[in-house]
Amino acid sequence: MKLTKLAAYAVAGAMLASPVMAELVFPSLSYRTGPYAANGTPVADGFADYFTLLNERDGGIGGEMTRVIECETGYSTEKGVECYESTKGEGALVYMPLSTGITYQLIPKVTADDIPLLTTGYGRTSAANGDIFSHIFNFPANYWNGASAAINYILSQEGGDISGKTVALVYHNSAYGKEPIRTLEALAENHGFNLTLLPVDHPGQEQKSQWLQIRRERPDYVIMYGWGVMNQVAIQEAANIRFPMDHFIGIWWSGSENDVAAAGMAADGYLALTFHNVGTDFPVFDDIQQYVVDAGLAAGDGSNVGTVLYNRGMYGAMLAAEAVKVAQAMHGVADITPAMMRDGLENLVINDENMAAIGFEGFGPNFEVSCANHGGPGLVAVQQWNAGDQKWELVSDFAETDMSVIQPLIDEDSAAYAAENGIEPGRCN
Amino acid sequence: MFYREAGDFKKTYAEDNQTFPLRVDRWAYYLVLVIAFGAVPFFINNWWANAAIIPFLVWAIASLGLNILGGYCGQISLGSGGFMAVGAYSAYKLMTSFPDLNMFIVVLISGAITALVGMLFGLPSLRIKGFYLAVATLAAQFFLVWMFNKFSWFYNNSASGQIHAPTRSVFGYEVTGATATAPAKYLFCLVLVVLFAWIARNLTRGRIGRSWMAIRDMDIAAEIIGVNPLKTKLTAFGVSSFYIGVAGALFFTVYLGDVEVGEAFGIQKSFLLIFMVIIGGLGSILGSFIGAGFLVLMPLLLKYIMAEKLGFPTDIAAHLEFVIIGFLIMLTLVLEPHGIAQLWRVAKQKLRLWPFPH
Repeated sequence: MKLTKLAAYAVAGAMLASPVMAELVFPSLSYRTGPYAANGTPVADGFADYFTLLNERDGGIGGEMTRVIECETGYSTEKGVECYESTKGEGALVYMPLSTGITYQLIPKVTADDIPLLTTGYGRTSAANGDIFSHIFNFPANYWNGASAAINYILSQEGGDISGKTVALVYHNSAYGKEPIRTLEALAENHGFNLTLLPVDHPGQEQKSQWLQIRRERPDYVIMYGWGVMNQVAIQEAANIRFPMDHFIGIWWSGSENDVAAAGMAADGYLALTFHNVGTDFPVFDDIQQYVVDAGLAAGDGSNVGTVLYNRGMYGAMLAAEAVKVAQAMHGVADITPAMMRDGLENLVINDENMAAIGFEGFGPNFEVSCANHGGPGLVAVQQWNAGDQKWELVSDFAETDMSVIQPLIDEDSAAYAAENGIEPGRCN
Repeated sequence: MFYREAGDFKKTYAEDNQTFPLRVDRWAYYLVLVIAFGAVPFFINNWWANAAIIPFLVWAIASLGLNILGGYCGQISLGSGGFMAVGAYSAYKLMTSFPDLNMFIVVLISGAITALVGMLFGLPSLRIKGFYLAVATLAAQFFLVWMFNKFSWFYNNSASGQIHAPTRSVFGYEVTGATATAPAKYLFCLVLVVLFAWIARNLTRGRIGRSWMAIRDMDIAAEIIGVNPLKTKLTAFGVSSFYIGVAGALFFTVYLGDVEVGEAFGIQKSFLLIFMVIIGGLGSILGSFIGAGFLVLMPLLLKYIMAEKLGFPTDIAAHLEFVIIGFLIMLTLVLEPHGIAQLWRVAKQKLRLWPFPH
């Protein structure tokens, strides 16, 4: 014990001595190892590459260089906490942990430390209520928007009436997977469909019994909230029981190339939700190729550029970078603090004009963040896998979701959080 | 020369029976206590508290608990993760139902609840032994995790199934929640660790501990000389689960603050705890601390050296960390199958004779 302690103290001394530099610091709590690595790696690459691009092409943001500190979490909450504690002292502007479990962990911590937390398309859904969750942002869409979008798509396929139909939810048995249940239950009541819940335990390699049940009960549609290896297994199992792929809808975390590749042609027609566009058909990718990949500065080997998850990492980085610009304009300084970054996120406006200026035209929906609404409008599109061409195609527009169901649930859940933690609402009045 | 009995005269039975018969050992023990209580709280920062020391202290309590069952009583348990979950969920229900309850009391009641659950799952140990008992406790692990996922009463019907520790204080100092300071959290855990280590040490060298060891060494012989196996095994399960429950409660309330049962208390936690006990040394109090320290602090040290000082890519560093830790575990067990605590024991024996061995 003594030796370990000695060594540990030596480490402490060295850590305290590391200087804080005047840069815009973006910690990347990534996971390139463990059962979720296949999905975590492209997201982390996209995130890092976009900031590399900003440094190489524009000399940072507003003249201030950016720095990405990567810290490996392995999707584990304990390592996530360690990463948070070890990076927050370096002037971290915003945390994007890419894990719902770590998000729950960090919500009270970042609020106490006055650092914003941006969870694009994951995390705690009710954090959309900015009145109570002052430092948490989950635009442009959240899990409940996703659940509603899936049901809306089913409605459109069935001519607007799904009463008596059965929808099965195959979900990762964790905070992430359980999030949509409440929304789907409310929607089931509204639209009169039956909901079957099929939990899959971490990491999700074993799903025989769930798919046996699907085979037996033949639900009309299956919705999946999966992540990592669970997605590939589920799609393979669905193919094995010949479940029609165009009746199988994944959340945006179950809709990447990695997930469908293993099943080959059998995955053709699989549907997934998304809140941003796919492919490399945007001007920004030329710059990524020129300044990052060809220059040998890419975080990965460059083969992920343009994949769904790479684009998502880049999209998240872009939103953070745009928020930095807003914060710099609001406060008139280039070297912003985390508190200023929070203001920037809260006043972020994404429209055609500023998306076009950075080469992202049509990449994602337009939205505005406000003090009360940290979740954006929740516009969600549906994409479909074309196994022949090996690519995803958008099959619908970014459409509105049923906020008449979601908003009361957000209000209820955030009010419960406020009561539990003694937070007084009314910040935004 | 320096480390010896000579000149250290014992005049009473109490002195003769003390835990640390050698003066140097005693001094070292008091010195560690003085530093832990008197110096560390003034220097500890958030990183040290939340990433290193608090997990170390929490795992040390859990490791003491499993050591009582596995190391002293010889009963194998793979259900520790599930028992930690019982402690955590008990603490959660107590904290949210009785907001004014002192955190010490919350933690102790959580331990007591876990002790009852542990004794229930310990009942099969009266009929089955060894690997079969391991399988029975494995069932406890899966059953408990399933139960906390299944019934929403346990997590107060929250949408995500997560449990969240609200801010609670002890004598006016916040020890849970995000605004609790590092020294307060540290001292809260430290007090419990010292208390439980002291109790464990004294339990194991008294009548109860000797009956546990008798059962471990040969249960039939123990029964013949009058050790009641029912009482002995159940007390071992009870005390062990109490410790593990306390550790689970601290793990949730002080260390993480937000947990989700499958991820935080899954089977991998049971294995981690077993590794700690085996690497540290079965049947050794010091070994419990060494094991917890080895598996909590060593990964942090390796990560710091490789990812931050040497600048390795984070994934390579993480993979290398597995390799190095795995190699160190094998090396330790090959060189000293009785754990690192045994190395220390041997070193002490040698030191007593140094520099004039026979």
